[in-house]
Amino acid sequence: MDSDIEDFNSVASSDGFVEDGGSSFGGDDSDVQIDDDFGDDAAFETQEKDLKAKKKHFEVDFSVYSPQDIQDQQDKQVDEVAGLLEQPKESTAILLRYFRWNKERLIEQYMDNQEEVLSKAGLGQDMTTSPPRIEIKDDFMCDICCEDGPGLETFAMKCEHRFCTDCYRQYLAQKIKEEGEAARIKCPGDGCNSIVDSKSLDLMVTPDLTDRYHELLMRTYVDDKESLKWCPAPNCVYAVECGVKKRDLNRIVPTVTCDAKHGFCFGCTLADHQPCPCSLVKKWLKKCEDDSETANWISANTKECPKCGSTIEKNGGCNHMTCRKCRNEFCWMCMGLWSEHGTSWYNCNRYEEKSGTEARDSQAKSRQSLERYLHYYNRYANHEQSAKLDKDIFHKTEKKMTLLQSSSNMSWIEVQFLESASKALQQCRQTLKWTYAFAYYLARNNQTEIFEDNQKDLEMAVENLSEMFEKQPDQLAGLKVQMMDKTAYCNQRHIILLDDTAKNLKEENWQFNTTLS
Amino acid sequence: MAANKRIMKELGDINSQPPAGCTINLPNESDINNWEVTMQGPPESVYADGHFKIHVSLPKDYPFKPPGISFKTKIYHPNVSNDDRGAMCLGMLRPDEWKPPNKIKDVLALVRTVLAAPQPDDAVETGIAEQFKNDKAAFENNARDWVERYAKGA
Repeated sequence: MDSDIEDFNSVASSDGFVEDGGSSFGGDDSDVQIDDDFGDDAAFETQEKDLKAKKKHFEVDFSVYSPQDIQDQQDKQVDEVAGLLEQPKESTAILLRYFRWNKERLIEQYMDNQEEVLSKAGLGQDMTTSPPRIEIKDDFMCDICCEDGPGLETFAMKCEHRFCTDCYRQYLAQKIKEEGEAARIKCPGDGCNSIVDSKSLDLMVTPDLTDRYHELLMRTYVDDKESLKWCPAPNCVYAVECGVKKRDLNRIVPTVTCDAKHGFCFGCTLADHQPCPCSLVKKWLKKCEDDSETANWISANTKECPKCGSTIEKNGGCNHMTCRKCRNEFCWMCMGLWSEHGTSWYNCNRYEEKSGTEARDSQAKSRQSLERYLHYYNRYANHEQSAKLDKDIFHKTEKKMTLLQSSSNMSWIEVQFLESASKALQQCRQTLKWTYAFAYYLARNNQTEIFEDNQKDLEMAVENLSEMFEKQPDQLAGLKVQMMDKTAYCNQRHIILLDDTAKNLKEENWQFNTTLS
Repeated sequence: MAANKRIMKELGDINSQPPAGCTINLPNESDINNWEVTMQGPPESVYADGHFKIHVSLPKDYPFKPPGISFKTKIYHPNVSNDDRGAMCLGMLRPDEWKPPNKIKDVLALVRTVLAAPQPDDAVETGIAEQFKNDKAAFENNARDWVERYAKGA
């Protein structure tokens, strides 16, 4: 019940974070790291507890369940409650589903008024009688198909609404296949609210539907529980359990990863959007959708060289552009001279608030607010785009590396550094992207400046790595050590940024220029 | 198809014992899935003098899926859409409410009940529903006017 903020830190660290988070975060922080594959296993934990690396502020505890685990969970709860209520398992399962798996509420109301609960859940009185079975009837007319031949196979539950098995089956098949119902299918009888129990279903549902039916039962189980969510990735079978509640979402961004390495936010089931809290993400996405002026901007994938005016298409992830024609080196973001960015004067991530004098003019103000929005949107979209380009480059390079490998004496293991670099770039850009949405809603104060410094450091590291990444394959081998260093540095900056932001979010230290709702 | 036997039986029953105020026709004798019903407005209602043509279409999965009801005669009523579809929103026709043993005569009986007693809280025409609730006299005038204009043909 009480999964308040404090609890997020209390249990063993779950080392999955974003895609393959474990591998890229591991090893680069100074704390002692213990292989915590054993997770919550108490036997191993007692001794190693003190040695275990402290969990980061941006990490949350969660468990991943396979469909089998979820089935077991349900079975266990059914067993438990069945013993308490002294009801058969089928009936208990129906009761639990009816109460949306709220055990406490079921038991309480059952104890209060057993008969009412049973009839509401469609169980009527006495269900300990004979199990459901198919009966052959003469002198019977099915009220659905009007078939009345002798020797008709029929079926009815305890409510005695009897129909021929063909009709009963077709009715169930339609409910399951077309309406996606499973847990709360009612008896086909006119006005009857009895729910078709699992024994009857097992008997009546044709084998080709059994899987679908069980899958649907599983769906409702997970959907009914606040602490369980399906991985939103297409066709992914895993469910994730996390104690973070809706009301916690303004103080924590619960990024989780399923066993198929799909990272997502447990709060809103969108892709990982750390460090930005769900409510701001929602606002931001809505804003981006609404602001039609930016549509033009988005479509602009090309820019002109600020010196000679040649049209340039960005085809790599790095912001350092060199014009093919005039050799002008400039920054893709601000179009300023690259030399002015240098290494220490990289100042492209920060929006300088203009002095308030202009603000009196409302027109200027709105122009400024649009400009401010575009500043952040610009950078947000750029990281999104760059992440894609980085990935493309990686795939291209990977192919070339395979070729290179056969011609040089580098082994495949030795070129793995490229993959780590690519992963780091993807993760960092994902975070950087959302830092701009986050920054857009931040009020301007000292803390915001610290945040922007962290953002700048990470961004610079990422752009450096991205630039190396674009080199020709034959040059890459020589850059191996440098790239590994840069990768580690990026990951380190990434953790620092996330951890600091998450810590302040948890402690409610951020001041926003909007309300978190 | 099993459905044919059921539909034939319903047709037989309904013709020997038609529901109050209804006559049933098959516009196309070979197509038993499309019925044309002429319904007399319920007595003592504003629709009493009208004859309303209602198209009943039975889906191929009937009776596992509910029939479709559509008013071919324009009617001023909160629960019937004022468009080409003339759709009527009935609880029992919703997929989760419909049960296969339900019969068309039950549906027609319900249609007639709703004609006699509109359900403004469950309306498709919210404007008409508002008027029904707040200005009954104006509503009745309009309804009678439409009956005069559209529902006296047959």
